[in-house]
Amino acid sequence: MEQLLSMWQALPEGMRLVIWNLVKIGMVLGPVLLSVAWLTFAERKVIGYMQLRIGPNRVGPRGWLQPIADALKLLTKEVVVPLRANRFLFYLAPVLVIGPSLAAWAVVPFGDGMAIADIDVGLLYVLAITSMGVYGVILAGWASNSRYAFLGAMRSAAQIVAYEIAMGFAIVVVLIGAGSLNLQKIVLAQSGSFLTWYWLPMLPVAVIYFVSAVAETNRAPFDVAEGESEIVAGFHVEYSGMAFAVFFLAEYANMILVSALAVIMFLGGWLSPFDGIPVLGSLFAWVPSPLWLILKVAALLFCFLWFRATFPRYRYDQIMRLGWKVFIPITIVWLVVVATAVYYRLPPWFD
Amino acid sequence: MTRIAQYLKSLLLLELLAGLGVTLRHLFKPKVTVQFPDETTPVSPRFRGLHALRRYPNGEERCIACKLCEAVCPALAITIESEPRTDGTRRTTRYDIDMFKCIYCGFCEEACPVDSIVLTRFNHFHMEEATQRVYDKKSLLEIGDRMEAQIADDRAADAAYR
Repeated sequence: MEQLLSMWQALPEGMRLVIWNLVKIGMVLGPVLLSVAWLTFAERKVIGYMQLRIGPNRVGPRGWLQPIADALKLLTKEVVVPLRANRFLFYLAPVLVIGPSLAAWAVVPFGDGMAIADIDVGLLYVLAITSMGVYGVILAGWASNSRYAFLGAMRSAAQIVAYEIAMGFAIVVVLIGAGSLNLQKIVLAQSGSFLTWYWLPMLPVAVIYFVSAVAETNRAPFDVAEGESEIVAGFHVEYSGMAFAVFFLAEYANMILVSALAVIMFLGGWLSPFDGIPVLGSLFAWVPSPLWLILKVAALLFCFLWFRATFPRYRYDQIMRLGWKVFIPITIVWLVVVATAVYYRLPPWFD
Repeated sequence: MTRIAQYLKSLLLLELLAGLGVTLRHLFKPKVTVQFPDETTPVSPRFRGLHALRRYPNGEERCIACKLCEAVCPALAITIESEPRTDGTRRTTRYDIDMFKCIYCGFCEEACPVDSIVLTRFNHFHMEEATQRVYDKKSLLEIGDRMEAQIADDRAADAAYR
């Protein structure tokens, strides 16, 4: 132990910083990727239960090892590259999809001061990074040299661009309310009790943000980009084996990411929901703050699965109508409402 | 006025929330899955599955080679050849059923005057090569011997309706 410590101190300053950052990245991305794996299992179980089935229950006790079996299956499968596809772009696309969805985790705070990078433009960084994912989708569709894939990519791109605007306006509302782009400060601005979280003064915006998030991640009922009944699987129809698994991973990592952002912006991030309540507040004071964040994110992820089990797929023009003609006007109106409330320092949220 | 009501209804997501309520209730309802290899669904005594040739309790085979089943078979799946035996009775020397041709209509069983050829309730059988598709007299009698108790029970249960 002492040897290790002296070795650590013997390392140059820059080296120590790099290693420490790598450790932090591992500590965030490891659990994220594991939860992605078991989120697929949760999805199959929850949807199964809602359809009065019991879902996967053969691999391991009650099916808990199913994600491992799935991963092994995909790892051992061949990655088929279609004839006359652009090989370089074909392999680059999944990387471009998964990269942003993992990179955005750098600014997500898991507690007071618990983030890989506590930067002042956190929200802007997240918005910029997650928008990059659409390039991977378009490249995947184009490089596959397949009509289905191309149609899926076009749909997906149009949809992501349309809902990014509604999402952007929702974020603007939050940053007006919190007066900061720093995710930690946004959470701290909500502290008090669960009534001072931003979901209450910004309820329509919170709903719109979450629905836009569902659309952004191409999840049901906005999954026309995959549309298995129309265009088979959309942009990743030509992908197999591990390349397909990377797309799959990215979709679920994105789900977790947007849920985490929704929690940070509207549901008080790592703050305990029992803060400010006389007895319960002190009773649950021992719970570590990341646990609250994880619980809230899990609740929102359940909503993702719940929506998928409930709603039929939107028609394409309905999706566009909802994004452009319903969500954007409502968020702009609520922007004015929140701006007014902030101007007059409306208690208890904006004082 | 109704237009405004409609508009508010869609804006407040009332029907979507009702739909979510339905799925949430289903989440907690008992599940209907039958886990097949461990559990099975009930099978009717009339189920028309694997064929069998039966014997009398004294071990004598029932089939008298009347060839009614061969004649009635709509798929021409049955082939019978017969000869008098040394004791003077007529018996089959060959009784083949082509399992690929058979459509499991049960006409052979209905035509049989001595309840010899029957369709059992057993349906989990397979063959691994096309040459195994013809079940001959020996294998059909074996199936009958193996499942006689079940076959007799099923016939008794259904006798009142025949």
